[in-house]
Amino acid sequence: MLSDFIPFFIQLGIAVGLSFTLLKAAALIGPKRDNVIKMTSYESGMDPIGSARERYSVKFYLVAMIFIVFDVEIVFLYPWAVSFDEFIAAGAGPGVMAVVLFFVIILAIGLVYDIKKGGLEFD
Amino acid sequence: MTASILFFVLASVAIAAALGMLISRNPVNSALWLILNLFCVAGLYLTVNAEFIAVIQVLVYAGAIMVLFLFVIMLLNLSVLPDLKRIEWRRIIAFIMGMGLLAMLMFIVANTLDMVPDPVTLQVAAETGSATSLAKVLFTQYAMPLEVIGILLLAATIGAVVIAKKKPV
Amino acid sequence: MNLAWYWTALIAFVIVNFLLISASVLVYAERKVSGYMQNRPGPNRVGPFGFLQPFADVVKLVFKENIVPALANPFVHSLAPMMMVVIAMTAGALIPFAHNVVIADMDVSVLVLLALTSISVYGVTLAGWSSNSKYSLLGGLRSSAQMISYELSMGLSVLSVVLIASSLSLTEIVTDQAGGWGILGWNVFRNPIGAILFIVTAFAETNRAPFDLPEAEQELVGGYHTEYSGMKFGMFFLAEYVNFFIASFVIVTLFFGGYMLPFESLILAQWPALAGSIPLMIMQIGTVIIKAGFFAYVFIWVRWTLPRFKYQQLMTLGWKYLLPIALVNAMLVAVGVMIFS
Repeated sequence: MLSDFIPFFIQLGIAVGLSFTLLKAAALIGPKRDNVIKMTSYESGMDPIGSARERYSVKFYLVAMIFIVFDVEIVFLYPWAVSFDEFIAAGAGPGVMAVVLFFVIILAIGLVYDIKKGGLEFD
Repeated sequence: MTASILFFVLASVAIAAALGMLISRNPVNSALWLILNLFCVAGLYLTVNAEFIAVIQVLVYAGAIMVLFLFVIMLLNLSVLPDLKRIEWRRIIAFIMGMGLLAMLMFIVANTLDMVPDPVTLQVAAETGSATSLAKVLFTQYAMPLEVIGILLLAATIGAVVIAKKKPV
Repeated sequence: MNLAWYWTALIAFVIVNFLLISASVLVYAERKVSGYMQNRPGPNRVGPFGFLQPFADVVKLVFKENIVPALANPFVHSLAPMMMVVIAMTAGALIPFAHNVVIADMDVSVLVLLALTSISVYGVTLAGWSSNSKYSLLGGLRSSAQMISYELSMGLSVLSVVLIASSLSLTEIVTDQAGGWGILGWNVFRNPIGAILFIVTAFAETNRAPFDLPEAEQELVGGYHTEYSGMKFGMFFLAEYVNFFIASFVIVTLFFGGYMLPFESLILAQWPALAGSIPLMIMQIGTVIIKAGFFAYVFIWVRWTLPRFKYQQLMTLGWKYLLPIALVNAMLVAVGVMIFS
């Protein structure tokens, strides 16, 4: 119900207020003395070479992609987990279990494939 | 009453965020606007008492898919696009009005053909939107489509690895 | 609890302050414990036994300059630490502290908790990106990849708990653990593999050692918060401590009987008048804080005992070991539920 979420949003509002106050208080109280050295990004004392916004390894993309697939899988499993005892009570336990098991095995094949192909190999 | 006020507030914020995503010239800012939009949509689900769907919306879209978007933006090092030369307000207003007219026409046509779905009470919405009622149809009546989704996700996993690893391993 | 909104706001305010104070106590505890583990006294100058040290640190952080690098994106640079603190503090609303003492008691609070965990990836990613420094970006990318990898195993271990309790509400998961003799109803005894998985992934999600690769100082200086100074750095620091304290509460709630006293059912059978009374409520609040305090101590203990993982070891552990184990465990728990019901 929507009303159950109202306390959650109250807490959210207080948390936002707290973090905003912390930021603003520090900005008001703290000194402001800029200079060029201070404003350059840190690179172990050297002048920064090139931009930091370079291209990065495709591995990270691969991890995120596989993560989405399994996240969606787990999301599909939540309704089953909540109502599994009702299925059992209705005598549909083994049937539903078979459906879920098949679903999980299909995705496990994907995981095994990724591991075998070295898609999750970081070195 | 509160729910309908909330609906209009959230809907307008969602539209504003979607526009912000389109207009923003910096890809990361666009992504942030889209995240705000997804949160508003989750809020819209909440107003019709579909709390399970609302949380899943945040979990999957904001928590997983947008992370991938951000990764891709960083990966490709998309630079900031050049600023829009000038916004042609006349075209934008014309577009909005045209869309409004189209929506009205579609509503009238659907109404005369009796295609407008009956409004659902919040009680019914809460019952059908819960995880339990979802499971009752998902794992019995729609078990086959579920497995097809599984195969689709498998294809996505394999596709990602095949595309990302061009070299034969 | 059905309270007027201003009472809820008051309690929420109290909880936020409780988390703030416990974060400073934990900072003190961490420095003191690490000191004793390394045979040195730790902070001992400010106040009795150095107890006021974290408060002095906060005052110092407020008076420090907030440096935003010239090439950084100033808005996102401020947004990232704010997100971290807000998410850490909001999660406190979901924890049941005693019977019926919880701010936000929704039917889906476990999923809300997971959703908050998944959003906290943004704090790290955006901090790394907005600073426009190579160390920050690498640290941010690494740690977000780490967090999403371990989120899967965490989701699956939570799934096994949901299977047992057949509810998505944290309060119902706690009351579900009341059965069994004494403490044997706790999920840690019914689902031990899930408990271990959850504790390991909780370490990874909170970026605590041995999973603190984002701040592997030998390689990445400070990781995603290299370019943060003053209060913004303090906010990341605060979020880290609040996060692992909240993680301890969640571990206790999901697997160690939550607010329930050990042998509560036996105690209640002995003194039935105690049920629903104020003294019991106070004892329950004390119990959950002691239990969570123990796990917070474990977080500190592990940090100063175990060396850090290498990045490929971390990914191998997450994807090749924890995820398959979590999948198999969830299925085994389902079969167990089917057999025992």
